[in-house]
Amino acid sequence: MAKRVEAANVTAYYGGFKAIENINLTVEPKTVTALIGPSGCGKSTFLRSINRMHEVLPGARVEGNLTIDGQDIYDRDVDVTAVRRMIGMVFQRPNPFPTMSIFENVVAGLRLNGVRRKSILEESAEKALRSANLWDEVKDRLGKPGAGLSGGQQQRLCIARTIAVEPQVVLMDEPCSALDPISTLAIEDLMFQLKDKFTIIIVTHNMQQAARVSDRTAFFSIEKTGDPGRLIEYDNTQKIFSNPAQKKTEDYITGRFG
Amino acid sequence: MGDTPQRSAHAGTGGTGVATSHEQPAGASARAAERFGNPGRPGGDLGGGGGLPRARAFGAERAFRGLTMAAGTTVLVIIAAIAIFLIAKAVPALRANTESFWTFEGWFPNDDPPKFGIGALAFGTVLSSLLALFMAVPVALGIALYLTHYAPRRLGNGLGFLIDLLAAVPSVVFGLWGRDYFAGPVADLSAWLHTYFGWIPIFGDGPYGSSILLGSVVLAIMVLPIVTSLSREVFRQTPTANEEAALALGATRWEMIRTAVLPYGRPGVIAAVMLGLGRALGETIALALTLGSTYAISFNILASGGNSIAANIANRFAEANDTGRGALIASGLVLFAITLIVNITARAIIYRRREFTESAA
Ligand SMILES: Nc1ncnc2c1ncn2[C@@H]1O[C@H](COP(=O)(O)OP(=O)(O)OP(=O)(O)O)[C@@H](O)[C@H]1O
Ligand SMILES: [Mg+2]
Repeated sequence: MAKRVEAANVTAYYGGFKAIENINLTVEPKTVTALIGPSGCGKSTFLRSINRMHEVLPGARVEGNLTIDGQDIYDRDVDVTAVRRMIGMVFQRPNPFPTMSIFENVVAGLRLNGVRRKSILEESAEKALRSANLWDEVKDRLGKPGAGLSGGQQQRLCIARTIAVEPQVVLMDEPCSALDPISTLAIEDLMFQLKDKFTIIIVTHNMQQAARVSDRTAFFSIEKTGDPGRLIEYDNTQKIFSNPAQKKTEDYITGRFG
Repeated sequence: MGDTPQRSAHAGTGGTGVATSHEQPAGASARAAERFGNPGRPGGDLGGGGGLPRARAFGAERAFRGLTMAAGTTVLVIIAAIAIFLIAKAVPALRANTESFWTFEGWFPNDDPPKFGIGALAFGTVLSSLLALFMAVPVALGIALYLTHYAPRRLGNGLGFLIDLLAAVPSVVFGLWGRDYFAGPVADLSAWLHTYFGWIPIFGDGPYGSSILLGSVVLAIMVLPIVTSLSREVFRQTPTANEEAALALGATRWEMIRTAVLPYGRPGVIAAVMLGLGRALGETIALALTLGSTYAISFNILASGGNSIAANIANRFAEANDTGRGALIASGLVLFAITLIVNITARAIIYRRREFTESAA
């Protein structure tokens, strides 16, 4: 089930602006990989290239090679919706569908996949909400609007929505930035569980979190504003946090950046 | 969209290490404030150790409040004055009417004894407006979605501008065009409809010409730009985050529109349709030129005939005597009531789902 993600010379543009340049990295199946780096270094951009969400923005494009288990996801013949179904994504800001109930939000992806049976939908919704540590808080008000939840609850709702369709790779863009420490721990637990089946790539600004949850860590950085982001170092998390090969990585991790 | 507390980014995520590094700048800025005293407020009379400053008895705040309140009251007074005037004119005519105002099919208020009924006019008004919306709304929504979500941006803006221009064409132009050029094709269409779909009662026999169908098509063209440009505004405001959420779940573009754009835009679209309906109900000159000015209730939309309250007022005002004017004013009051009901219904529809749209609106 879990897939290997390989990026080779990935470069992404916003119109004329080159946001990331020549990213090479391989994410092994059933691992958690953390992307860290200063703000604006292109972590989100890289993440969005992996499920082809980058190209949604007008003028945005990706060059280079991105494969999932050897299959080129930017191949002309590949159905982009199939790619996105296989590679789920949790965004930096919670974005539940404002017009939908909590339940409908969670099953939105299943409905898009053509699941109609009420019993299946209910079962999957409960499972996903439990995994996202939200079930107890919302089980009595599944029919209420998703936008009526707190920010942290909304983010967990979005996580539930993403994992309800059981994607093979889960991309998370700072999923915990709006969460309290308890929910954060719950999400981290969730990542440990998901790792059994899925490949997980997470962007985080929280060093402790990266150290806690990830197997491997990729450090991105930029020379100066306006320059494209580059991958500085990519290694086992343990190595990155104890004995990084690059001086820049060490500076960033110890808080001496910039 | 209600911006949820998502901005509290990074708060409470980290362990102790992060917390201490946050304390530093906070303390630093506090120290800075101490050093510079209270720079934004010279003068010294504010917050200078004593009590809080007293509310000013006569400030811009109060003046402005008085002004807005006066404006609001003026509107109410004007509305009340108009209503009183209209009712005062209408009541004597209604008293003089020797037939039932609601059911009589005919309009002879200038005769002695006066005979007139609103039934056929109200029927024609509602029927032509609904037909117009039935034709215009799907097209308008299609155009709006195309402009916002399919067309290249330049093309979208250009076409949008053209559509807005269409809204600026005076209705008399539409009316003349409908009567002089469009009546022919519509008559051909009517004959065709009757031949092949004659078994549906609304597609009855001729003579074809100035029919409800012609009036409705012209009305449809007139409400199209309003509904299109309002829906376009509404669709354009769909939060990108929601569109992306749908796409990231593997939605095709149309599925994305169905899951994110349409539900989000629903109240706005309803409002747009209601504005279109309001315009159609009140449309005067275009219908006066294209309808047959008869006073019979008929579901046959192809045959010459049909009438509407506003068109009838335009056609008959010049020849009307005192009772005649009163009768026309009474019909105007009925039109007002119809419009009011439409608006209240629209509000009720929007209100019923407010729980889901409040945060969205
Ligand atoms: N929609 C956009 N249009 C143009 N430039 C963009 C857009 N989004 C991001 N950028 C630019 O691309 C660069 C990388 O942005 P990105 O969002 O990937 O950074 P990030 O590493 O995720 O930062 P953060 O940690 O703050 O989320 C930045 O210089 C940013 O200004
Ligand atoms: Mg980011």
